[in-house]
Amino acid sequence: MSTTTEGSTRRGKKPVGQRAAEWTDPRLGLYKLAKSNLRKIFPDHWSFMLGEICLYSFIILILTGVYLTLFFHPSMNEVVYHGPYAPLQGVRMSEAYASTLHISFEVRGGLLIRQIHHWAALIFIAAMLVHMMRVFFTGGFRKPREINWLFGWTLLFLGMFTGFTGYSLPDDLLSGTGIRFADGAVLATPVVGSYLSFFLFGGEFPGHDIVARFYSIHILLLPGLMAGLLTAHLILVFYHKHTQFPGAGKTEKNVVGMPLLPIYAAKAGGFFFLVFGVIAAIAATVSINPIWTMGPYRPDQVSTGAQPDWYMGFSEGLIRVMPGWEINAWGHTLVLGVFIPLMIFPVVLAAIAVYPFIEAWVTGDKGEHHILDRPRNRPVRTGLGMAWLSLYFVLLIGGGNDLWATHFHLSLNWITWFVRIGFFVVPVLTFLVTKRICLGLQRRDRDKVLHGRETGIIKRLPHGEYIEVHEPLSQEQRHVLTAHVQPEPIDPGPEVDENGVERKINPVSKVRAKLSRGFYGENGQIAKPTVEEYEEITSGHGHH
Amino acid sequence: MKKLSARRRHPLAALVVLLLALAVTGGLYAALAPAPKAQADDSAQSLAIEQGKKLYSVGCASCHGTSGQGSSDGPSLVGVGSAAVDFQVGTGRMPAQQPGAQIPKKKVIYDQAEIDQLAAYIASLGPGPAVPTKDQYSPTGADAGKGGELFRTNCAQCHNFVGKGGALTNGKYAPTLQGVAPKHIYEAMLTGPQSMPSFPDSTMPQDTKADIIAYLKEVDSSTSKNPGGLSLGSIGPVSEGLVAWVFGLGLLLGIATWIAARTTKAKKS
Repeated sequence: MSTTTEGSTRRGKKPVGQRAAEWTDPRLGLYKLAKSNLRKIFPDHWSFMLGEICLYSFIILILTGVYLTLFFHPSMNEVVYHGPYAPLQGVRMSEAYASTLHISFEVRGGLLIRQIHHWAALIFIAAMLVHMMRVFFTGGFRKPREINWLFGWTLLFLGMFTGFTGYSLPDDLLSGTGIRFADGAVLATPVVGSYLSFFLFGGEFPGHDIVARFYSIHILLLPGLMAGLLTAHLILVFYHKHTQFPGAGKTEKNVVGMPLLPIYAAKAGGFFFLVFGVIAAIAATVSINPIWTMGPYRPDQVSTGAQPDWYMGFSEGLIRVMPGWEINAWGHTLVLGVFIPLMIFPVVLAAIAVYPFIEAWVTGDKGEHHILDRPRNRPVRTGLGMAWLSLYFVLLIGGGNDLWATHFHLSLNWITWFVRIGFFVVPVLTFLVTKRICLGLQRRDRDKVLHGRETGIIKRLPHGEYIEVHEPLSQEQRHVLTAHVQPEPIDPGPEVDENGVERKINPVSKVRAKLSRGFYGENGQIAKPTVEEYEEITSGHGHH
Repeated sequence: MKKLSARRRHPLAALVVLLLALAVTGGLYAALAPAPKAQADDSAQSLAIEQGKKLYSVGCASCHGTSGQGSSDGPSLVGVGSAAVDFQVGTGRMPAQQPGAQIPKKKVIYDQAEIDQLAAYIASLGPGPAVPTKDQYSPTGADAGKGGELFRTNCAQCHNFVGKGGALTNGKYAPTLQGVAPKHIYEAMLTGPQSMPSFPDSTMPQDTKADIIAYLKEVDSSTSKNPGGLSLGSIGPVSEGLVAWVFGLGLLLGIATWIAARTTKAKKS
């Protein structure tokens, strides 16, 4: 009896936390999950926080977006404006536009939240692009992370269209022009274009449905997909463990860094507030998408400077620089001037998405990789990445050609021609230059390992000769510069068989071998110093 | 007769005949042609015309011809009206400094009295739109909302939503309308300078021009406050994208670097 009473009093004295844990653990199984994950190690590097910027701006977008939905009316019914903004007094507009004006001028904090939402969107997609390029240049996409690479790329792709459907909602003149652009692209589809357009708009453009349709796509469909993909993306990051840069003590089999709790969580939590703070500060001081200056959308009106948000800018560039070709036959028109850019648009994006698979095929690399590459050690990949970025940037110039013209006092036509030629030439030049720079850096690394760091100290020897003192690198530094594996190109086998008869080699494997030589042949990398070379020089005999 | 027929073949004979013919035609015209503007010689108007003609001969005639008939360097000014002169000279576009894709706005070198004299002279060459009066172009009492609609329908495709200007082909451009005097905006609509089409009263009545001017006054960022903060030039999403990359992402990358640099390190023993 007494023991039971004692036991019950002891149970009564248990701390609240323990009691809560004892109640929840058998029901949710949290203990096991926490035990395995709370001490998860994350390596420390500024570039590993790019994905966090994406995650946090996505959270900010959800939070502010929910607030905006409380006041926004996704309706194209016509109303006459009688709100506080004087230059629109008495103007007919859709309810969507009127409610956005209401959010901007009458809802408490409405304009700030709208601006936070829009700035966060721009920064979200910019951070995704930078994050993707970080993974690209360091080879973070290699086995086992190819699927996660595709998840990330899909997030970027969906993010672009979430952004597009978002800035199309206010139904102002600029967004309406953007939807008109999309309609033009749909109409350029051969055969079914006009049917698709009528289906999308519920009749003749602009119709009465598009805002409501974009609204459900923007607040439900796309964010839902993105939230799911994001979760999968993060689960895979946990599952694969984070990659790390080469360094002393870091191997393919370990992860060197900080535990999730408490250090990493504290850092990441603090970073969330810093991201929110930076975006809020920008939103509080800098105007974005001032829809009241643009007026309501009317299909008979258009303004100059009608560009999409930056992430759609390269598609705008494709359209702007494309010659207005068209084919008229059998009473139908094929608008190549729109159709060709419409086809190049996904190709540009898909090119980077499929790269990991192409690289794995060309190099025959089937191993798992958890140590990242230094970009200079993979000159061809780095060159291709830079070429892709340069193409993207050239197209962005095309998308803003009118502003380049007015702000740099250039001719619009010259810029258009620059982009037309640059589309083909600039990526090639960028590739060649980047590859040379990478090889140069490899040579420098080799030189540093063998001869040490240039100290800038000039010494005069007794017989009058001047030499610069070189300081040997530390062991950690030497490790970083020499840890990488230098793969051999694929050997397609001898050209003739043992009898001297020409061997039939599959043309595909011929191409593959050639590409592989480009990656890892003698022009693709500088041989890193061998132990013998290092010992010969440092032993003092061969020193100059 | 022999003397004459010999000189008939002289190289200068054709020139002499031409000069004689010109002298005769000119003389006959001077003697016979009516002189409608010869009356009221001493009125203020004709004095202004006379002064204007003098200014014209010094500053304008080298391109537009000695009597405004135009040349390969400048168009004819017959019939452009005083409004065109007041706009072109009053905004400093004329006299032009150098040929180029477009004559830019620059420092005004004539005072208003001289501009009026020049305008009077050009107006005397042929009928054209006259300089508007203040009650024509004044934005007071005009409907800015309607002006905004008209502006977006007729003007924004070159001059941007709020009149910030934009690019045209081959280095030409639509200039900014911010800070431009209402009179000059009115005159530009009336006369259609350079690449701009003209909007005479028959297509855009006087009061709608005032509505547009009222709209431009409302959205002029130099006088009205932008509710959203810094306007980034009001040129659309390109400048916004630039800010998002440079300041937004730039700042966040800086912070990320800072956080990563301040890391806990194993104590060296």
